[in-house]
Amino acid sequence: MAVPSRFVAPMRRASAVARLSSPLRHCRPGFQARWTGNTSATSEPHQQDAKGTVKGGAAPAKTVKFTSDSYPEIQRDSKFAKITQEHVDHFKGILGSESAVIDGVSQDATDDIEPFNSDWMRKFRGHAKLVLKPSTTEEVSKILKYCNDNMLAVVPQGGNTGLVGGSVPVFDEIVINLSKMNQIRSFDEVSGILVADAGVILEVADNFLAEKGSIFPLDLGAKGSCQIGGNVATNAGGLRLLRYGSLHGNVLGIEAVLPDGTIVDDLSKLRKNNTGYDLKHLFIGGEGTIGIITGISIICPQRSPAVNVAYFGLESFEQAQKAFTEAKSHLSEILSAFEMMDGRTQKIIQKVAGTKLPLEGDYPFYCLIETSGSNADHDSEKLQNFLEHVMETEIVQDGVLAQDQTQIQELWACREGITECLGHWGGVYKYDLSIPISRMYDLVNDVRDRFTEAGLLGDDESFPVVDVVGYGHMGDSNLHLNVPVRRFDKKVEKMIEPYVYEWVANEKGSISAEHGLGVTKRPYVGYSKSETMIRLMKQIKDSFDPNGIMNPYKYL
Amino acid sequence: MSGLRILVPIKRVIDYTPQVKPRVNRAQTAVETANVKHSMNPFDELSIEEAVRLRERKATPVEEIVAISAGPAKAQDILRTAMAMGADRSIHVQVDEKDALEPLGVAKLLKKVVDEQKSNLVILGKQSIDDDAGQTGQMLAGLLNWPQATQASKVEVEGEKVTVTREVDGGVETLRTKLPMVITTDLRLNEPRYASLPNIMKAKKKPLEKKTLKDYGLDAAPRLKTVKVTDPPQRQGGVKVEDVDGMIGKLKELGAL
Ligand SMILES: Cc1cc2nc3c(=O)[nH]c(=O)nc-3n(C[C@H](O)[C@H](O)[C@H](O)COP(=O)(O)OP(=O)(O)OC[C@H]3O[C@@H](n4cnc5c(N)ncnc54)[C@H](O)[C@@H]3O)c2cc1C
Repeated sequence: MAVPSRFVAPMRRASAVARLSSPLRHCRPGFQARWTGNTSATSEPHQQDAKGTVKGGAAPAKTVKFTSDSYPEIQRDSKFAKITQEHVDHFKGILGSESAVIDGVSQDATDDIEPFNSDWMRKFRGHAKLVLKPSTTEEVSKILKYCNDNMLAVVPQGGNTGLVGGSVPVFDEIVINLSKMNQIRSFDEVSGILVADAGVILEVADNFLAEKGSIFPLDLGAKGSCQIGGNVATNAGGLRLLRYGSLHGNVLGIEAVLPDGTIVDDLSKLRKNNTGYDLKHLFIGGEGTIGIITGISIICPQRSPAVNVAYFGLESFEQAQKAFTEAKSHLSEILSAFEMMDGRTQKIIQKVAGTKLPLEGDYPFYCLIETSGSNADHDSEKLQNFLEHVMETEIVQDGVLAQDQTQIQELWACREGITECLGHWGGVYKYDLSIPISRMYDLVNDVRDRFTEAGLLGDDESFPVVDVVGYGHMGDSNLHLNVPVRRFDKKVEKMIEPYVYEWVANEKGSISAEHGLGVTKRPYVGYSKSETMIRLMKQIKDSFDPNGIMNPYKYL
Repeated sequence: MSGLRILVPIKRVIDYTPQVKPRVNRAQTAVETANVKHSMNPFDELSIEEAVRLRERKATPVEEIVAISAGPAKAQDILRTAMAMGADRSIHVQVDEKDALEPLGVAKLLKKVVDEQKSNLVILGKQSIDDDAGQTGQMLAGLLNWPQATQASKVEVEGEKVTVTREVDGGVETLRTKLPMVITTDLRLNEPRYASLPNIMKAKKKPLEKKTLKDYGLDAAPRLKTVKVTDPPQRQGGVKVEDVDGMIGKLKELGAL
């Protein structure tokens, strides 16, 4: 038999998904522009090489432009000491093991250090000469105390998948990488509380929990690389925030080390603890600016055995909102994701990845909903009622319901594959915004109109802008506004910034919903936070980190 | 001949996912199926799809597409899916999970159904991904004494003439025969469609007949005895070493150096 495996048929499906998620291996862009990418737009879950070509594999790190060149306005702060051999010897003394110190000071270790110097998007690159990989909280404490005493700047680094340039140095900051702190400390099967080192990879934590019938209350595309400490440090949102809530709710406790070496042991396993200011929240979303998280305690819900996914075509954004309201009322507690994709994103997937879309007709909007529950029969009944209702009332024009796991994955690929396909033409300006739900899509239309009027958007090579598209976590009012472009063009940039930020500020939205501030969004925080707020944040920063050694040039 | 009367037998099997591995039950007599998600055998989706495409192609009129499944009550779920994909009606033959049929039992049942329904084309999956027996289609063709074309990657029907292409090692083989016949499907035959919501609704109103083995005068006592079901040997986990010296030491320890 030519293809004997029992898994061949499912694999055919699986390969359709793979095709969708890495389409660019097969298609070469007609035009390859150099993508310098120095706007504040969060560039994205796709990686680019020096020619601006987007490829499946990682580009060699050395071709990435230095952040100090892309952002000439950022200057190295002379208060920080330069690393000497003496410092390196001291760290070697603390860490002992050879593999815990990558020393580019006493020798040339450029190749070894590069992966820690440049970020996942290949957009940011620092000049670090030293990487430290502590294995215990005590080691982190000794390292930080020494750095603080000697005015050595540091960058805490997790899985290095952050999307705002926060996880790599700008100049010669020492990288403190948490990957060796990768032990699960405890799991209580009754309460569902997991305590683990910050460096545990999200997927490892989730697989561990799956064995116990639980689930990590966060899921995102980078789960195979990002660390739970990094997730907490960025307050990552992800695909199931709608269901499980934000990390501010799920993280029960934190163990962290302050710049002066103090170990803050707040690894509480209590859901309730009203005994003063809840300081752990400062570390959640703190992006490594006030201390290093070394351990977390987090409450993990039961894993749902019954999962269903449906995908709809809708006539307007109003109908998408209605579908969301109906989904909430009909599906209530089993609704676990509600994602919106505009028709343009789906056409781009079809074009770039060459996949057949689930629906025959074309619609201006699509939604993906997921339910997760404990009882398949109960869920199907609810879902059937909901589906019948939205079809009969014509809120939804057409739709499909996944019949098996493979179809579930295929439908998710229509949402998760967007990011990668958008990079097909060369570059993408990306904005990750919180906007009141009723106004969410207006921004996309407004930006598209601006480009059309300016004659910058069109179908052939003479136009820099390919399209303006919107998709996102509709259930969380989180819009991803994306502008795929054929080449980098100052004119394009001037049309979007600060326009987008002003627009969002007018709606009292957020200029960074889930990706954080890092290097890219730092200058724009004023659009989402008042002067008073910024002043208070600076005071917090100063009181935790008076010498300013923690992740400088970022965040504030 | 007036037109095609297609019978599509389908089976409910454990849903394939890379994440959830089937578990052997404690008694080591079978794979655990309670509280495990099930769906239509992927090869059977291809059969339904092909039947619907034959109708859409209009080369030869399709009078009727009937889906049939022998299995527990839950098998009705996949029959509804088959009808949402385009089958006109379906038959559910109640067989409890503990009395699951063997390929010969299924083939005997299908022969009766073919006679009853006056089918002239049976399209089956080449195998089901749970038992991997890959025998039912062939046995059925034998019992009916009809021509068969297994592992089809392309099917063309023109009047009574049927041309089936099958992929074999190093090339393709083209078979030509006449109706009535049995075809088993292979994975490159087509890409099954999704069950659309309007069709899922319509499928609810399509007829689903409930039958038992007795109705067909069959008792399908098993002829095979499962001696033991076990997991494949577990893969040994790797170990991490600190550095090159550590690796050399470890390799020596394991006698690899
Ligand atoms: C494909 C892809 C999909 C993504 N999808 C989403 C999504 O859906 N939702 C979302 O919110 N985000 C998403 N992200 C971005 C997200 O912020 C990161 O993937 C993740 O949360 C960061 O974890 P990390 O371990 O890689 O941290 P890093 O990138 O290493 O670090 C991020 C920041 O946290 C700091 N930091 C890291 N570890 C620690 C620590 N232990 N203590 C203190 N500070 C620390 C760093 O200094 C840096 O400022 C996505 C990223 C990718 C590449």
